[in-house]
Amino acid sequence: MAKYLLLKHYRGAPAAVNDVPMDRWTPEEISAHVKYMNDFAVRLEGTGEFVDSKALAPEGMFVRYDGEGRPPVTDGPFAETKDLIAGWMVIDVDSYERAVELAGELSAAPGAGGKPIHEWLEVRPFLAAPPTISDCPHR
Amino acid sequence: MNEVLLRSLTPSVLGILVRRGADFAAAEDAVQDALVQAVRVWPADPPRDPKGWLVTVAWNRFLDATRAEAARRRREDLVEDQPAPGPAPAVDDTLQLYFLCAHPSLTPSSAVALTLRAVGGLTTRQIAQAYLVPEATMAQRVSRAKRTVSGVRFDQPGDVATVLRVLYLVFNEGYSGDVDLAAEAIRLTRQLAAAIDHPEVAGLLALMLLHHARRATRTAPDGSLVPLAEQDRGRWDTESIAEGVEILQAALARDRLGEFQAQAAIAALHADAPTAEETDWVQIVEWYDELALLTDSPVVRLNRAVAVGEADGPRAGLAALAALDDSLPRHAAVAAYLHERDGDLATAARLYAEAARKAPNLAERDHLTRQAARLNARRGR
Repeated sequence: MAKYLLLKHYRGAPAAVNDVPMDRWTPEEISAHVKYMNDFAVRLEGTGEFVDSKALAPEGMFVRYDGEGRPPVTDGPFAETKDLIAGWMVIDVDSYERAVELAGELSAAPGAGGKPIHEWLEVRPFLAAPPTISDCPHR
Repeated sequence: MNEVLLRSLTPSVLGILVRRGADFAAAEDAVQDALVQAVRVWPADPPRDPKGWLVTVAWNRFLDATRAEAARRRREDLVEDQPAPGPAPAVDDTLQLYFLCAHPSLTPSSAVALTLRAVGGLTTRQIAQAYLVPEATMAQRVSRAKRTVSGVRFDQPGDVATVLRVLYLVFNEGYSGDVDLAAEAIRLTRQLAAAIDHPEVAGLLALMLLHHARRATRTAPDGSLVPLAEQDRGRWDTESIAEGVEILQAALARDRLGEFQAQAAIAALHADAPTAEETDWVQIVEWYDELALLTDSPVVRLNRAVAVGEADGPRAGLAALAALDDSLPRHAAVAAYLHERDGDLATAARLYAEAARKAPNLAERDHLTRQAARLNARRGR
């Protein structure tokens, strides 16, 4: 029982095998892709492993504190940002192996030509709450 | 109305329905409905016989649900054959329910969810909140678990060890949601101990009580971790400790040592020490040796290295650590601690920082980062 974030990148991940931009797909291929993603989430809810799934707009900006009584400073969007998150899915699974297995399935979503995209997904474990019985004896 | 008292009736009520011929999954839904109704009705109109009330309401729910499924004639026939609800039979199936809900065909998370619902009487929403997943996801987890065990015969003998692993998982999940899972695990283990006489059940109950006794002192008000040596021992729950020690001693006297009894013995030695300095580390090392024989877990050997460091000095601890794979979780944290005790602050600071990067939870990461920062500040970098 551990939560993992499956991160999908617009940019920043290694190139997918079937690396054709979505706007070069046929409308049917786009529909098939969207359906695959939705079905995947529904299936994970059915297995009791789904937590959350969200997509992000590609354009954002950077914001920072600029001192007492001053409005925050904004900057961007930066077209050249190397790493760009497209969206995520959060899963709650029994093992790391299961998280990898599910990420592999999600990466098989169909793209151009109806073939799997083989896109690289980033798998990141959540930092959980500390256990009641610590493995660390000096706690 | 006492909700915990109400929920404690869950397994025996469910057992009665199943014994009357209801299938487990449908009976479990019916009992949940009855519990929800009890919460609504009892405050204004408390029943004289709470268990009898629950059995009657749950049984009627079960009949309604079964009759509603007109297509399921076979089950309908079964229902017609049943005797009218009478006084609750003397047989208690609580133990059978523990076995069923921890059946080896279930994944750990399914077994946990099913145990909390069918034995613990928690609602799906409460379990979902405790595990920070959507209610729909938890509902599916529970119903899949029920399907998985649907073919398991209710009167089959089960394995206590699998039940204990499930209860240990519940206890260890801690206090994340609005349900106190540690307290719930203690309640369920206590109930199990009443249903079966087994030294390891007693060992786990003792272990939980001894750890629970320190709960209030394990974190500072800001949520940061307080190491064992720095905890305010005056605030430890002495009643819990006394109960844990008593249960443990009775279990150990039976001379059937197991993993949980050995872990509880270590916890008892910590609980027993009036100050951190007075901890009997020599005995703790001996218990880790016993534990290593029982489990052969690398985590145990790692913890043993810490105890050796306290009993025989940090050099001896580092020597014990040298025999272990440094990719083990928390290896760097243990090494950092022993190097600090040995006076090598530079190495300790570096290892604390490394341990922080590998920490599996936020509180531990912050704690280890603070240790690294403390040493770096002292070294005047």
